[in-house]
Amino acid sequence: MTSHQVVPIKVYVAVWAALSILTMTTWQVALIDLGPFNIIAAITIAIIKMLLVVTIFMHVRQADSLTRLYVGAGFLWLIILLGILLCDYLSRSWLPGGQFWPSGPAMIVGG
Amino acid sequence: MEQQFSSAQLGMWAFLLTEIMFFGGMFGAYTVYRSMYPGAFQSTTHYMNVTLGMANTLVLIASSLTMALAVRSAQVDNQKMLRLMIVLTLFFGFVFLGIKGYEYHEKWVEHLIPGPHFEYNVPNYAHQAQILFFLYFAMTGTHALHMVIGAGLLTYLLIKSYKGNFSSHYYTPVEIIGLYWHFVDIVWIFLFPLLYLIGAHLHA
Repeated sequence: MTSHQVVPIKVYVAVWAALSILTMTTWQVALIDLGPFNIIAAITIAIIKMLLVVTIFMHVRQADSLTRLYVGAGFLWLIILLGILLCDYLSRSWLPGGQFWPSGPAMIVGG
Repeated sequence: MEQQFSSAQLGMWAFLLTEIMFFGGMFGAYTVYRSMYPGAFQSTTHYMNVTLGMANTLVLIASSLTMALAVRSAQVDNQKMLRLMIVLTLFFGFVFLGIKGYEYHEKWVEHLIPGPHFEYNVPNYAHQAQILFFLYFAMTGTHALHMVIGAGLLTYLLIKSYKGNFSSHYYTPVEIIGLYWHFVDIVWIFLFPLLYLIGAHLHA
């Protein structure tokens, strides 16, 4: 009966407080010019917030292993989707930041 | 009963995985266009209402807390608390949608809806910024649609809870709809920094 363990109210309130503080943090960090690290900081904070919601609010910490496997698979598939998409765009020099071959084709607009 | 509960939980996660892929496609489009036009995307932050975006993030996080507490109230058989928490979650949901509606109206007044009447102060970026506003409306619009559906589901829970359908022995629908509500919250957790704060350091 692992999934029926009742989580204490103070745990939920602590998660809520952490999520609210992280929201303020993500805003404050965005105001500082960190160059490419702005997006890395924003995504990192968002992932921490997501993990808090998934593990505690969504009870994945107490869920059985099959459910956990599903949750893990979901994020793996999303990473595959975004990863392969970016491999394509970055390796063809279509993006300003992705010129792996200096002599590669110029930026192609409209195919 | 325990097995039924686990199966329902698993089934809901299977549905949420399809939702991850559904929103994932839009996040993919965002990633590609943002890397293509970083300057234009950063310039749009000036036209976003960051204060309201922040407020909405906090409202949604609060609604996730009350949703989690609703599930907990069902687990400990506290019927009064269960109803109060569902009502509070609904309330926060409507506050979010109200603020979102106000922001959409602002965008409409400022001619920031993509299309023939789109107007942008930085002429060089006008076309490229339109892509961000298109993504903004597509992503927040789909998110808002999910909120409306969530509000409908919460209303269903509220009616059922008044009929006394839930107890510590049976609260599967509360748990399942809770999962959905938290998922919608997670989508917003990513949307807020990606849409509202891209170029915040330029306008600080």
